[in-house]
Amino acid sequence: MSNNTILEIKNLSTTVGEEKTPILRNVDLTVGRGETHIIMGPNGAGKSTLGFSIMGGPAYEIESGSIIFEGEDITDMSPDKRAMKGIYLSFQNPIEVPGITMRSFLRSSLQQLTGKKIKFSEFNKILEEAMEMINMDPSYVDRDVNVGFSGGEKKKAEILQLLVLKPKLAILDETDSGLDVDAVRTVSQGISAYKKKYGGTLIIITHNAAILEALDVDKTHVLVKGKIAKSGGAELIDEINRNGFEKYIDG
Amino acid sequence: MANVNIKDVDFKRYDFRFDESSDDYIREEDGFTKEIIKRISEEKGDPEWVRELRLKCLDIYNNMDMPCWGPSIEELDMNRIASYVRHKTDMKNNWEDVPEDIKETFEKLGIPQAERLSLAGVGAQYDSEIVYHNLKEEVAKKGVVYTDIETAIKTGYEDMVKEYFMKLIPPTDHKYAALHGAVWSGGSFVYVPKGVKVDVPLQSYFRLNAAGAGQFEHTIIIVDEGADVHFIEGCSAPKYNVANLHAGCVELYVKKNARLRYSTIENWSKNMFNLNTKRALIEEGGKMEWVSGSFGSRVSYLYPMTILKGDNSKMTYTGITFSGEGQNLDTGCKVVHVGRNTSSVITAKSISKSGGIGMFRSSVVIEKAATNSKCSVSCDSLMLDSISRADTVPAMDIKAYDADVGHEAKIGRISDEAVFYLMSRGMSEEDAKALIVSGFADSVSKELPLEYAVEMNNLIKIEMSGHKA
Repeated sequence: MSNNTILEIKNLSTTVGEEKTPILRNVDLTVGRGETHIIMGPNGAGKSTLGFSIMGGPAYEIESGSIIFEGEDITDMSPDKRAMKGIYLSFQNPIEVPGITMRSFLRSSLQQLTGKKIKFSEFNKILEEAMEMINMDPSYVDRDVNVGFSGGEKKKAEILQLLVLKPKLAILDETDSGLDVDAVRTVSQGISAYKKKYGGTLIIITHNAAILEALDVDKTHVLVKGKIAKSGGAELIDEINRNGFEKYIDG
Repeated sequence: MANVNIKDVDFKRYDFRFDESSDDYIREEDGFTKEIIKRISEEKGDPEWVRELRLKCLDIYNNMDMPCWGPSIEELDMNRIASYVRHKTDMKNNWEDVPEDIKETFEKLGIPQAERLSLAGVGAQYDSEIVYHNLKEEVAKKGVVYTDIETAIKTGYEDMVKEYFMKLIPPTDHKYAALHGAVWSGGSFVYVPKGVKVDVPLQSYFRLNAAGAGQFEHTIIIVDEGADVHFIEGCSAPKYNVANLHAGCVELYVKKNARLRYSTIENWSKNMFNLNTKRALIEEGGKMEWVSGSFGSRVSYLYPMTILKGDNSKMTYTGITFSGEGQNLDTGCKVVHVGRNTSSVITAKSISKSGGIGMFRSSVVIEKAATNSKCSVSCDSLMLDSISRADTVPAMDIKAYDADVGHEAKIGRISDEAVFYLMSRGMSEEDAKALIVSGFADSVSKELPLEYAVEMNNLIKIEMSGHKA
């Protein structure tokens, strides 16, 4: 593993449920620090499972293989410990958490992740700055986490969390789905700011090339039936947008 | 004393006690006999009618069957419960005069710090007797009466007590109401005169400190026409390996256009059998608001009941229960609509964990005369694991032709994905679950005064952090 590698997935296989239905099959993936990787693939290919597995989601069983983050094996680590190491997952369906405002939730999360107490005034500055980057209505942060948010607002709020928490590696699971054209643009700006300002590393699961406009893509991977069928550069995105996944499914 | 072998959570804040075998305490022998009742009556200097009522109630108790439904209370051996325990001290109006051990107990529980903060009056009962009572001067000046029943009888309110005492909850209501009528001691008597609005709450705190004993406090609140008051009761007890019994009675009278809010935070230890009865009678245009948080106890039977007697009277009930290992909390809410244009809203939540059982029963009766009445019941249960249980039993008896009645029940398990979501933001599994649970309880804690909301969140955290043998 080179010093520049942040994440290395080796031979990862996962199953779901009591019947042990296989999802991922012998996936290998190496991501360098500061890189942007795109994961594409048809529905049910295991894209979200890959994201969940890196974060340590409970629904999937790891049958074999390992996940190495910054040289440390995190395969059996709990999700909170992974978050502490600097991994972040933007959920496809963010969860509503009544009883706590986005503002206090994010502050306690940031304190937890940094291990430092952050003054209200200092935190509010961080929050305002992040909200500005993605044109977010400030009133949202004083509402309970995701409660009563529209689908698009939830996705924006995930990017807001990304900009406040500033993880080393962010996995964005279909952050663009359910967003209108303008919202895709602002979210895309937010992602780009995360990368440029904070030197972030990205794994983006998407169907939509529009979200990638403001980003320089380093690698694209096509995931089909739980396997990486093809890896390439940014040009692979155009190719798939033109021809679809058909040839990888049959191959 | 009956042995109850149960695990309890680590309630350090509540779990302390002083030796009550000392000469400072009077403790009745265990059991419930005529001789014991006569001695209690003598000791308390009851007027004749109270003495007679006690003996009549004992008779009813002895001749009544045990409830044939609900959780088992077989572990409760009535021959091993002391009906009366008191410190050899009189009720004090000055905190400094309260005996040291009792004072220390209440100070650890945050009383009377609470009084200094934001209360109009405070009462504190230790085992069988009220040891402290204080009402702010400006509230007393408005004619508000706040004392215990015994003192009310002796200080000019005997007729009023006689008019209201065990009238809403007659001793024939059920076996433990009869028992209560025989051995009742302490509690609260509140009278708010016509048109008087008490801006800040009154609070009574009940502490059952003795092992193998019962607490049978009686509460009467009369809110006269157009008056308004908020009454808070808090309850707690330290942990013992023997059964304790709580069988209080609460009778609430809300007159024309008056409003009463009655908030309860109960935190019994898990050797407690909580067989409490609460009932309210609401006159025309009156409003009754119940807020209830029930924690602890081995078994609870608790179903606050409201009779909407007057036209345009209203009731809301917002309650939550938390049942952990070895606990069976059978709770609910009853309402009877009698007057026209009456309305009731019942919102109940239950949390169960580690094999705990949370049962919610609702009983809604809309009488024929109660035209244009509305009732909505919603019940939401959260189970934290696969061994816990939640049940809902709604009963409705609608006799009016135009009633608008709704019932909604949701039972679900804590979502793994929600826990994962919070953990992915750096929260430990325990904290994530606690946050989800307190979010679930949020609609109830919002109804409580701030200090009590904080208290309830603490109780949830303690319950969530697990058990200690």
